[in-house]
Amino acid sequence: MSGASLSLETDAEGRRWLRLAGEWRLMALASRYEAIRAELGNRAQDGGLGWNLDSIESLDSVGAMMLWQAWGHRFPERLLVPPSLEPVFARLYASSKKPETGPEPKKRLEWVVTVGRLSLALWRHLVDFIALIGQLIIDIGHVLRDPREGPWRETSANLYKSGVRAMPVTALVGFLIGIVLSYLSALQLKNFGADIFIVNILGMGIIRELGPVLVAVLVAGRSGSAMTAQLGVMRVTEEIDALATMGVSRSLRLVFPKVAALAIAMPLLVLWTSAIALMGGAVSAQFQLDISYGFFIDTLPKVVPVANLGIAMAKGVTFGILVALVACHFGLRVRPNTESLSSNTTASVVTAITVVILVDAVFAIATRKIGMPL
Amino acid sequence: MKAVIEVDNLSTRFGEHWVHRDLNLVIEQGEVMALVGGSGSGKTTLLRQMIGLLYPTKGQIRLFGEPLFTGSIVQERNLRRRFGMLFQYGALYSAFNVFQNIAFPLRELGVLDEDLIHELVMLKLSMVELLPRHAWLMPSELSGGMIKRVALARALSMEPELLLLDEPTAGLDPDRSESFVRLINSLHKQLGLTVVLVTHDLDTLAGMATRVAVLAEQRILALGTIDEITRVDHPFIRNFFCCDRAQRALQERMGEAAR
Repeated sequence: MSGASLSLETDAEGRRWLRLAGEWRLMALASRYEAIRAELGNRAQDGGLGWNLDSIESLDSVGAMMLWQAWGHRFPERLLVPPSLEPVFARLYASSKKPETGPEPKKRLEWVVTVGRLSLALWRHLVDFIALIGQLIIDIGHVLRDPREGPWRETSANLYKSGVRAMPVTALVGFLIGIVLSYLSALQLKNFGADIFIVNILGMGIIRELGPVLVAVLVAGRSGSAMTAQLGVMRVTEEIDALATMGVSRSLRLVFPKVAALAIAMPLLVLWTSAIALMGGAVSAQFQLDISYGFFIDTLPKVVPVANLGIAMAKGVTFGILVALVACHFGLRVRPNTESLSSNTTASVVTAITVVILVDAVFAIATRKIGMPL
Repeated sequence: MKAVIEVDNLSTRFGEHWVHRDLNLVIEQGEVMALVGGSGSGKTTLLRQMIGLLYPTKGQIRLFGEPLFTGSIVQERNLRRRFGMLFQYGALYSAFNVFQNIAFPLRELGVLDEDLIHELVMLKLSMVELLPRHAWLMPSELSGGMIKRVALARALSMEPELLLLDEPTAGLDPDRSESFVRLINSLHKQLGLTVVLVTHDLDTLAGMATRVAVLAEQRILALGTIDEITRVDHPFIRNFFCCDRAQRALQERMGEAAR
């Protein structure tokens, strides 16, 4: 194997030729690409020079294209091409005849189109989301009329996957947040000598607000993304179409179990996480403020009205349903390519967390007269 | 003739199941070798081992006289750049458009300038009989036949000496599959490629292959031209080649060749 080479020579009639020799193939050219291209460019400036390709051992389209570019997309006046290389140049010539069209150029009022497209996309999301909820209500009605038709096996599998398996991580995060919250509050309360109010702060804060939102964010990131990705892959591999072909309702078999599972699992997770977070808070309070565990547990029911637990459970159910619905909504919108899968999974998690926080604000206003300590 | 692929005493095991046992095969430069065999006979496995996607349990495979797994990253990469593979479902990168898909291996090389890459991509497109405007489509907007053509253009973008085709005509209608066979045949003639293909389709087989290797019973059962293979007396070969449909396809080809 010999690399590409160029040499000047003069024939009997005194005409000057540039003789190309060696391998003009991509792999051989790649190592000296810049040098060869520069030399070809220089030589092509010289109009009187003839090009002799007789000694080229092999030529592929990269080599031929380099020559073609150096010649300025036409054949030079004096050119010797052996018959074996003619097809390569014939191919080049044929392809250069076709008119080229680039991607469409941007128009001046492009931004109007963009804004319109975005609004329409938002509108379609809303319509689809409402349709999904409607379909789910029809499914629930169907299952209530005939409970044997319910996808109970799938629901229980989802309950395990997104409920039981989420317990360790929610416990860990809850415990740490409890410690941090208690530690920071204790620093402030000490200044006022209001040590015992640590129980009020932690009890109200965690049970009513932090527990449900914390769990919702964790579950959206953990189970919501998994649900979107699962439905998305099923769409890519046409499994969803296969289900529909067999007369199985996709909303009943795929969406309902996920929504039902999170609606059940989420309040339980809220309860579990809030309990662990309070434990973390109690541990920290004991170290920081010398408040004994007995006192903490004794005081908690006195300062936190039981209605707060009801609010937390209601939030848990609502957030669970919302996270699952958003996850399914985006999962069913995945188109069969990898890009769409990743962007929909991201959108699912971000939307779920945003919606949860919005709804939490609604809860805060709607329940402002309930469960407040006297 | 120079050997392009040499398979030496290859054995493959998946779990307890032996796919190949002491399989030997030599593929020579310039030929179109078809691997045929029943489902699960390890055709695609063999193809994947030839290009180093799967590691054989025992035995060795040499490409262009060099072993595939040498441990040297540069050597392995250079070897891999000498062949192109057409996957059964195209395996186009769905985040890239057609142009970017074909340009990808050229850009990976890191030395060519964008001008040259642009013209090369347009050349490859015209070689697989697509139009320049198709370059801006996304893979999800292409039909099955177009996906195969773009995948072929991508496989050819590094100017390979060896082209491997996994079920090149599966999923195409007879008309499209015939024109795809014609396309590969003409590229084979123009570029002097060595082609290895795995196929189930007798029309494709009869239309392309210069030699056929039949995989069955964990080894190469028979090797030769189609004519020679059909004369081998073995239940699998009789079933594969000698049902009515097969006979018709073969006779048509023979008739064409005679004319």
